[in-house]
Amino acid sequence: MATFDDPVAAVPVPDTEQESTMILNMGPQHPSTHGVLRLVLEIDGEQIIRLMPDIGFLHTGIEKTCEAKFYQQVVPLTDRIDYLCPMVNNLCYVLAAEKLLGMEIPPRAQWIRVMLAELQRISSHLVWLGTHALDLGAMSVFLYCFREREDLLRIYEMVSGQRMMTSYFRIGGLALDPPLGFFESVKKFLDIFSERVDEYESLLTGNRIFIDRLKGVAHLSKEDAIALGVTGPALRASGVDWDLRRDIPYCGYENFKFKVPTSQDGDVWARYACRIEELRQSREIAKQALEGLPEGSTKADMPKVVLPDREKMKTQMEALIYHFKIVTEGFTVPSGEVYQSIESPRGEMGYYIVSDGTAKPMRVHMRSPSFANLQALSTMCEGRLIADVVAAIGSIDIVLGEIDR
Amino acid sequence: MPLEPAITDLDRLKDHPVIAALLVWNDKAVAGAKFDRQELSIYIGREFIRDACEKLKSLGLVSFLSDLTCADYYPREPRFELAYHLLSHQRKERIRLKVKLEAGDAVAESITSVWPTANFFERELFDLFGIHFLGHPHLKRIMMPEDWEGHPLRKDYPVEGYR
Repeated sequence: MATFDDPVAAVPVPDTEQESTMILNMGPQHPSTHGVLRLVLEIDGEQIIRLMPDIGFLHTGIEKTCEAKFYQQVVPLTDRIDYLCPMVNNLCYVLAAEKLLGMEIPPRAQWIRVMLAELQRISSHLVWLGTHALDLGAMSVFLYCFREREDLLRIYEMVSGQRMMTSYFRIGGLALDPPLGFFESVKKFLDIFSERVDEYESLLTGNRIFIDRLKGVAHLSKEDAIALGVTGPALRASGVDWDLRRDIPYCGYENFKFKVPTSQDGDVWARYACRIEELRQSREIAKQALEGLPEGSTKADMPKVVLPDREKMKTQMEALIYHFKIVTEGFTVPSGEVYQSIESPRGEMGYYIVSDGTAKPMRVHMRSPSFANLQALSTMCEGRLIADVVAAIGSIDIVLGEIDR
Repeated sequence: MPLEPAITDLDRLKDHPVIAALLVWNDKAVAGAKFDRQELSIYIGREFIRDACEKLKSLGLVSFLSDLTCADYYPREPRFELAYHLLSHQRKERIRLKVKLEAGDAVAESITSVWPTANFFERELFDLFGIHFLGHPHLKRIMMPEDWEGHPLRKDYPVEGYR
């Protein structure tokens, strides 16, 4: 009978009547667990009787650190939660802080935010597609996906100076107006990207081996998905037509037209199909944002909160004073609490911020989609084979940085 | 949108379907309400939280538990405020249920029987705030090591840790 020594007792595996089961550790350093995830499997031969995720290896106490920083200093911390789509995390935090402050954001800033958030969704889904296929033995897709991701990283570098930890969205707007040539680069990328998705699909969608590994595997019913708090493409693949961008719009998403792909099958294949379609829809949204981009300022008119332009700071005494005050003592935020949620590539990303009226947040909580989605893994995998666990982990697209925070 | 003052008068908010349903079900359960920044918070008595969640779910007023978290108002008493962020897929609306807990008696009933997704969230609160959830299937530390002392997200725990 399978039993545990004390150090691993954090993971519950109740005694079973069966004598034939054994415990298998998968991770924390397993190539297909996408980070430092440890899974404890109780197996009977090849079949999984029980699966328990053990997390916390990447816990860095980001929520505690936020409480010691000024509101504007929290933005770089949010980059590091979900490192595959830092701007989406920035967006969620700044929207929550702006809601606390009661700010109005100029449309140009909103549209650029939407455009970049959708490009981030594309680059995050590209990492998912590449690694998911790689886990299942399709090496070449990974190389194609990273080719396009490289283009996107160059675009982020162009606009923010960083490839990954961008911190480009700030409370009140954007850090800077995008540089010359930026919109042309985005347009160039969007023009080629549609064909590139066809290229990935030609490698995978008709591939007999890939279909066999995905179809009917790791099924999750609609009821289970809702009960287990699953969000994002995994929820939509289980037949729930729910997308925060469309249903509770934020940041001007109500101005964009896009389809929300859903499926009734609830298996790994359905999640794959939903994400592939999301790649195309994200391209559509980014294209609409690029074509209809309004003119105007990219910063809200609130000098006590938003840093002044560099030029103004050098020439105007008042701007210099505001700059000095914001940098040295922050800005106070009226007391209250807000919960702001957005649709991240993985599901519902939510920030719960409590302000006590000072310049530092009293509490910042991140509701990360992967944290909740991971709980569905045991329901998906029980009764299936070990090889299916790899497909199931890939299909919920977890990022351990945001699970452990 | 400029900020409007928060509405904290229960009488002005009692027409909201969720508050109305809760008042019909058990008027002792509702300890107060607040409408601030377009978000509705309902304070629920500690002993009623699980039943309130179950009732709202069975009436179809909410369908989904988005988030469960806590804030520490140290040194004020009651010190902890749990925040349950519930979502209705049909009405496309969020509400927040809040429960206040005293420092010496930081215990609440687990809602894992209503929404299994609360499992990890409650373990996280147990780990980082030291709040106990009665009826939780496996209340163990989730982020910190098993032998860790203290609860890091409490306000009386230093940011740099104990040295």
